[in-house]
Amino acid sequence: VSARRTPFYEQHVELGAKLMDFAGWEMPVQYEGIKEEHSAVRTHAGMFDVSHMGEVEVEGPGALAFLQRVLSNDVSQIKIGGAQYSCLCNEQGGVLDDLFAYRLGGDRYLLVTNSSNHGADLAWLGRWSRDFDVAVRDVADRYAMLAVQGPHARATVTRALGIELPPRMRVATARVGGRPALVCGTGYTGEDGVELLVDPEVGPAIWAELLDAGVVPCGLGARDTLRLEACFHLHGNDLTPERNPIEAGLGWCCKEATGFVGAEAVASARHEGTAEKLAPFEIEGVGIARQGNAVLSSGEPAGVVTSGTFSPSLEHGIGMAYVRVDLAEAGTDVEIDVRGKLRAARIASKPLYPKEK
Amino acid sequence: VTLADAHYPDELLYHDQHDWARLEGDDHAVFGITWYAQDSLGEVVFYDPPEVGSSVDKDQTYAEVESVKAVSDVIAPLSGEVVEVNEGLGDAPEQINEDPYGEGWLVKVKLSHPREAEQLLGAEEYRKLLENA
Repeated sequence: VSARRTPFYEQHVELGAKLMDFAGWEMPVQYEGIKEEHSAVRTHAGMFDVSHMGEVEVEGPGALAFLQRVLSNDVSQIKIGGAQYSCLCNEQGGVLDDLFAYRLGGDRYLLVTNSSNHGADLAWLGRWSRDFDVAVRDVADRYAMLAVQGPHARATVTRALGIELPPRMRVATARVGGRPALVCGTGYTGEDGVELLVDPEVGPAIWAELLDAGVVPCGLGARDTLRLEACFHLHGNDLTPERNPIEAGLGWCCKEATGFVGAEAVASARHEGTAEKLAPFEIEGVGIARQGNAVLSSGEPAGVVTSGTFSPSLEHGIGMAYVRVDLAEAGTDVEIDVRGKLRAARIASKPLYPKEK
Repeated sequence: VTLADAHYPDELLYHDQHDWARLEGDDHAVFGITWYAQDSLGEVVFYDPPEVGSSVDKDQTYAEVESVKAVSDVIAPLSGEVVEVNEGLGDAPEQINEDPYGEGWLVKVKLSHPREAEQLLGAEEYRKLLENA
């Protein structure tokens, strides 16, 4: 099976992007370089082709009741035009996916799924939807998705596309490139910005407009360093069906009183505590920890790194690791076994960058 | 970062794992990684050198270079003992990208089996290997 390509593929090739397979999609990892792209988002504005992400539309009189059943957050709190982050949990409280839910109308919601989970999410949602008066539709082919992020992202998008943007954590409809589009005040970089869900046919023209306006094309490489500095979870690394939201530090988006699938297990993890907890860390000297590296405390196994990279902003190794709960406090010194070399690391607070004042 | 264009100097010898050796005198050589290797890796942010005095074996790992995204083993094109490592890369590992055959050299080695050099590729052969990859 050949890799799928987004509507921006030709433009990636033209810009000299390095492409790689990501969840069955041929996606740009970088154009000029991860560090430059990372810095563009921290200081100006960058854009990411994230069209590989999935979209699921949920519509019908039972939409709210259904989503309340499958999503961990309190979906009744989303006003029309609102957005909310949630976990999709299995009965054991394991995290099947993490996603944003946008309320597009009274009985109409859009879920944006991780590409590698999209198919499984659809099957899961389909199964649970049978008890509700609701339609669950795969609408991934209906949208190309561009994330435009950075301190100048909003101003540049407004100017380049001539549209009004919703505030943070809101979604608005707009006409972009002469076609209906969704503009979301969300992102995955720790910077302000928007995510545009546009008609795939006009995607390339919109990309070109933004490029002309000075928005820097950024690949998935920079997306990963940016999200990790901001301590945003990556499903498959920091979240898995074997981990619950409580140990992942996502208790804030779980409202067990709603009775969502997995709520009992999550409630029990919340009350009884978990053996491990996900914590951000910084490497104290040289070395870059990577996913799978063991965390040690006083020479004893104490956890595992789930995401690790070089931080272009801090210029040293950073990451997140599941560590024994007594070690998860900021300031705790640990060691990480990086390919046979023990590297000193310190548990930090969220976000790793920018530092909280 | 402006990266130099792909180039493979004629005076160097090449290992098919994308390493180069520059012979110096009868029994010394300088090692590094090729333009192709640094380009595949992306911006190098860390070089973990071997210790001076340690021995390196042809076709075996002797160091690590690490980019933002990934770590890569560096393979010795020839066998010998490390007599010098490029300390300058500690503060400026990006030299491996910017000048892979010059300031981006990795180690200097006293060769234990200088005749191993006969097994390495010339620049033309290495270029062909890349074209056919």
